[in-house]
Amino acid sequence: MALAKRIIPCLDVDNGRVVKGVNFIDIRDAGDPVEVARRYDEQGADELCFLDITASSDLRDTMAHVVEEVAGQVFIPLTVGGGIRKLDDIHRMLAAGADKISINTAAVLNPAFVEEASKHFGAQCIVVAIDARQVAVEPSPRWEIFTHGGRKPTGIEVVEWARRMADAGAGEILLTSMDRDGTRDGYDNALNRHVSDAVSIPVIASGGVGGLEHLADGIIHGGADAVLAASIFHFGEHTIGQAKEFMADRGIEVNA
Amino acid sequence: MQQIVVVDFGTGNLHSVSKALQHVADNASVVVSRDADTIGNADRVVLPGQGAMGSWLAAMSRLGLGEAVARALDNVPVLGICLGMQAMLDHSDEDGGVEGLSIIDGTVTRFIRPAGDAGRGFKIPHMGWNRVHQARCHPLWNDIEDGSRFYFVHSYYANPVRKVDIVGTTDYILPFTSAIAQANMFATQFHPEKSHTQGLKLLTNFVTWNGSYDPD
Repeated sequence: MALAKRIIPCLDVDNGRVVKGVNFIDIRDAGDPVEVARRYDEQGADELCFLDITASSDLRDTMAHVVEEVAGQVFIPLTVGGGIRKLDDIHRMLAAGADKISINTAAVLNPAFVEEASKHFGAQCIVVAIDARQVAVEPSPRWEIFTHGGRKPTGIEVVEWARRMADAGAGEILLTSMDRDGTRDGYDNALNRHVSDAVSIPVIASGGVGGLEHLADGIIHGGADAVLAASIFHFGEHTIGQAKEFMADRGIEVNA
Repeated sequence: MQQIVVVDFGTGNLHSVSKALQHVADNASVVVSRDADTIGNADRVVLPGQGAMGSWLAAMSRLGLGEAVARALDNVPVLGICLGMQAMLDHSDEDGGVEGLSIIDGTVTRFIRPAGDAGRGFKIPHMGWNRVHQARCHPLWNDIEDGSRFYFVHSYYANPVRKVDIVGTTDYILPFTSAIAQANMFATQFHPEKSHTQGLKLLTNFVTWNGSYDPD
């Protein structure tokens, strides 16, 4: 196996600033997205993910400007998500320099949108973001899709949904455990394994990273193809380089 | 000032490619164009490609750019990226079968995931950073260490008939061709514009290449 497992820092951007809620409560300012992106690029990030959490759609142009500025300086894949509802939203972000677009709520409201987007722009640039919560434990564990930042249940079972999105032309799945997000307790690797084994497209593990061992566990125990994290990198606790060294020591192939 | 034209078939994201070229080519103008004259008069041509090969080639003929692209392939350094590489072959299985530009003998086929546990680690598309082994010396490999990693995202791969056309290989499920070259044409399955330092080196080599290459 020569294909490296990817480490993807995620930047939550609110009106042009990187923010990260810790346990959903205090939103800490983590800086200028362009500066943060450059720092991760220098540290050897494999990709970058920007999630626009700006509440008002009037301010969405701010995000396009951020992407444009980053894309002129950072030459690794950029994924942009948050508030993507129409083909025109995708077009605008690609035109700004994004490489992949992450679709979340719009996919749940209108699954045909994913198919349409994939046909139009190619599966390589369509990431379907899934926010899941566990609703039943062993012996028959079950996870369901939630929207609106993990608050609104949909009753849709996660594997069924992941398969459906793969069939619709998603190129990749960004899988976030809403139970773990913000807790620093590590990924929900039962969920990751469950979904990764069920689909043939790559799965990015997300939600709950509090230390480097969690990244390695996402690959080894969760079967993920890539691992996403935010706060452990934002506040200088760890560098991407340290994460890669740690993962390599655990026998994981990384791009170092 | 030399003009580098990134050919726009309207099917993919060309901004990454043009931004990366601008970054490495100080003394060049980089233009994204679907105008036959602009492409025909370019000093260098880049054929990027994303999406499906059928719609990519259909867009080329609908826009009347076939002749301009053919002229570039006859005269100036040309860099194909991703679909821009696959299109150089005779035929692709994508979209139920598509005829290519037939610059390189061979076909394009889809990765087949091994059954059972053997296929576990092999998701399709092949997405991420993988090693490129330099099968032959080429000016575009200058200063790039053999086995360097580049960023890939694709589900189909090229099978050139003639070994001499293969300049790079990569292992994923099986060893496959990740770079091809013939005369003034060089093409990669990976995305140099997304491949950080090594990718920018390759683009730098392209913008300074005189277009000559002798495989022997």
